[in-house]
Amino acid sequence: MDFNDTPEEAKFRNEARAFLEANVQPKSNDKERLQRRLKPVEYLKAAKEYQKRKAEAGFAGITWAKEQGGRGLPPIYSVIFNQEEAKFDAPSAPFSIGLGMCVPTVIAFSDEATKDRYVAKALRGEEIWCQLFSEPAAGSDVAAGKTKAVRDGDDWIINGQKVWTTGAQFSDFGILLTRTNPDVEKHKGLTMFIVDMKQKGVDVRPIHQASGGREFNEVYFTDVRIPDSWRLGDPGMGWNVALVTLMNERLAVGGSYGPDYKEIFDFAKGINSPSGDGTLIQDESFRQKLADWIVRAEGYKLAKFRTMTALSKGQTPGPESSIGKVINANQMMDIANTAIEAQDHYGIINDPDLATLEGAFHQSYMFAPGLRIAGGTDEILKNIIAERVLGLPQDVRVDKGVAFKDLPTGR
Amino acid sequence: MNFDFSDDQKSLKDQARKFLADKSAIKVVRGVLDDEAKSYDQALWRGVAEMGWLGVAIPEEYGGLGLGRLELCVLAEEIGRAVAPIPFSSTVYFFAEALMLAGSDAQKAAHLPKVAQGETIGCFALSEGPGAPTASGISARFDGATLTGVKIPVTDGDCATHAVVVAKEGSDVSLVLVDLNQPGVTRTTLKTLDPTRGHAKLEFKGAKAERLGAAGQGWELGEAVLDRAAVLIAFEQIGGSQQCLEMATEYAKSRYAFSRPIGSFQAIKHKLAEMYVGIEVARSNAYYGAWALSTEAAELPFAAAASRAAASDAYYFCAKENIQTHGGMGFTWEVDCHLFYRRAKLLAVQAGSPAAWKEKLVKRLEQRNAA
Repeated sequence: MDFNDTPEEAKFRNEARAFLEANVQPKSNDKERLQRRLKPVEYLKAAKEYQKRKAEAGFAGITWAKEQGGRGLPPIYSVIFNQEEAKFDAPSAPFSIGLGMCVPTVIAFSDEATKDRYVAKALRGEEIWCQLFSEPAAGSDVAAGKTKAVRDGDDWIINGQKVWTTGAQFSDFGILLTRTNPDVEKHKGLTMFIVDMKQKGVDVRPIHQASGGREFNEVYFTDVRIPDSWRLGDPGMGWNVALVTLMNERLAVGGSYGPDYKEIFDFAKGINSPSGDGTLIQDESFRQKLADWIVRAEGYKLAKFRTMTALSKGQTPGPESSIGKVINANQMMDIANTAIEAQDHYGIINDPDLATLEGAFHQSYMFAPGLRIAGGTDEILKNIIAERVLGLPQDVRVDKGVAFKDLPTGR
Repeated sequence: MNFDFSDDQKSLKDQARKFLADKSAIKVVRGVLDDEAKSYDQALWRGVAEMGWLGVAIPEEYGGLGLGRLELCVLAEEIGRAVAPIPFSSTVYFFAEALMLAGSDAQKAAHLPKVAQGETIGCFALSEGPGAPTASGISARFDGATLTGVKIPVTDGDCATHAVVVAKEGSDVSLVLVDLNQPGVTRTTLKTLDPTRGHAKLEFKGAKAERLGAAGQGWELGEAVLDRAAVLIAFEQIGGSQQCLEMATEYAKSRYAFSRPIGSFQAIKHKLAEMYVGIEVARSNAYYGAWALSTEAAELPFAAAASRAAASDAYYFCAKENIQTHGGMGFTWEVDCHLFYRRAKLLAVQAGSPAAWKEKLVKRLEQRNAA
C-alpha cells in the first residue's frame, strides 16, 4: 500500500505540471481572482485560449482515441491531469460539460463526417457545447421530457423548453433530448439531436437563481430546424443515448466546493464560542462536529484514491465513487450554516468587504441547496446506490405499458 | 497510486471468511451468548491459532508468521463480520502490540511465541469506572514489583492469562505486565451488553508484576497501543457493518409488505444507501489507518482517530437500521440482528468512546497544524 505514481504516471504528472506552470496562475483566494470571475467575456476568451494550448500540448482529450485527436491514454492519466490542474486557477470550466459529456456522446453515436466536423473544434476550444435534457416537468424524471421533434422531409422541427442548461448563453452547440413519439412508452419515444445554439428560434434566458447568481439558463425552441443527419442514434433510442451522457454527469458533479473543514477550523480559532467563554475551537460541541467533517472530507478524498488505484491497475473502479455527491453538498451546507450561526448577529452580513472569508461561507450557504439538486438529487442518487450497487428492486412503476401521452401529469 | 490491499492480502481475506463461516458460524457465536459460563469458544480459538492468525504480525524470531499489519487488518475485518466469540482483539491488537511496542527482548521472547501458539490470552486493563480515563485519575498502583488496584471492566479479563495494566508509579503512569493466574489476582465475571465476549473486574492485591517499557511512560505508551488497536478495531467494525448491510439488503429483497418487496420502497432504499455511504467513508479512513499502521507513519495518530470515529458511527448506524429494516422479527432473540447491535456497542466503547476519539482527532489536527 502506498500513494506513489508508477514511473510512467510520475513522468506524465511532471509534464502536466510543467505545462500548467507555463500557462496558468497558481490557485489563489485573493480579490483579483474574484474580480476575474466577474468579467465573463474576458474569462471566456481566456478559457478558449487555454483550451487551445491544452490541446496543442496533448492535455485535452487525454483518454480519447488518437483518431479523435486524443492521446489514447488510460483514465488514470486524465485523473492525474485534473489533480494537477486543480492546483491552478485554470479557466477550464466552460469545457467540462461539453468535453466531459456531450462530445463523448457525439463520438459514440455519430458517423465519421459528423465527428470530423465537431470533435476537433471542441477539443481545441473553438466551439463550446451544452447539454439540453432537463425540462420544467422533467427533472429527476428526465425521460418525461416534452420538447417535441416532428419530422419534416430531411429535417426535424423542434418546439419546447429546456431548463437548468449550464453554459447555454455561450455555447455553440448542444445535445438535445426530444420527444419524437408520444404514442409509445415514455422511455421509447425519445430521440437525441445535435442542435446549433446560435440559430434563429433558439432563445436563451438566464435563470435568476435563489442564490442571486445567473449561471444557468432556460432555453426555448420555436420551430427550430435540425437536419436528420444531426440525429444521434435511431429515432426512439434517445434514452439509451442519454444514459451514456448521464453516466458521466454524476461523477463530474461530485467534487467539493467552497470552504471545507480546514477553513472552518481556522475560522473557529478567531471567534468567540457560543457561551462567550473562550473561542469556538474550544467549544466541545463544535469539536465533535468538526471531527465528523474531517472524517467525511478525508473519507471522500481517500475513496477517490481507491478509485485511482483501480484505474491505475487498469480495473473498473468500484461503486465507492458514487458517494461523493451525497456527502459533499450536505457537508458544504452544514459547514456554511455552522460558520454563519457562530458569528451570532454579525453572521447575517454577506458583503464581501465585511464578511468572514469575503463571504465565502455565505456563498456556500446559498449555493448548497442547488448542489443537492444538480446532477441528480440526493434522493435520486440514493436510489441509484440502492438499485445499482445494492441490487434492490425498482420502485413500482405506474408508467409501464402506458403511452407517454396518456400518463398523468398532475396538471 | 496503490491504495488497496494486495492480491495476496485479498486472498487471505477470502480464506478467512470461508474459515470463519465454517468454524465461527452463528451457532458457535450463540453457543457463547446463551451459556453464561462460557467466555469464548475454545475450538475456534484453537483453530485460529492453528491457522497462524494470532502471530500474523509477530516477527518470525518470536514464533510468528512475520507478515504484517495489513494482513492483520484483513483478518480483523472478517473476525468482525463473523462476530467471532474469541479474545482475538485483546490478545492480538492490545497485548501483543503492547509487547512489540514497549517490551524488552526478554519480555518479547517470553510471551510472543505463546501468543502466537494460542497458549497466552492477553488483555488490556485501563478503565477503572464510568467516564473517560485520565492519567491523573488512575488509581491502580505499581511499586516496582507488585500491583494493587481495581480495573473494571476488562474485556476478556475473565479468560486471559496475562494483562497489560495501566497503573500509577510514583506520580507518573507506567505500563505493567501481570500474570493473572496468581494469588494476588481476583477476577469477577461481569454481565455486559455483549455476552459473546467475556468481561471481568480484576482486583490486584500485591500481585507480582513487571514494568513494560520505561517507567513513567505508561500513558504515552498506552495511547500508542490504543492508536494501533483503533485501526484494527475499525476493521472489525467495518466487517460487522458490512454484514449488517448485507443482512438488511437480503431481507429487504425477500420480505413483502403491501404486495411488494420492502426494498422497493424509497424509505428503505435511502436507509440502506446511507448505510453504504457510511461504510465507504469508514473503509476509506480505515485504509489510511492501515497504511499508517503498516508503515509506522507519523500520520498514525490522526489516521487512527479518523478510522475509529468513522467506523464507530458506521457500525452503530448499520446495526440499529438493520434491526429497523427487519421490523418485528429484528427485535427477536432468534434473529441475529441483536448480536451485531451488541457487538457494535462493545467495539464503540472498548478502546475509548466515539466522542473521545473525535476529540482526539481534533486535537491531532491542531497538533499537525502547529507542527
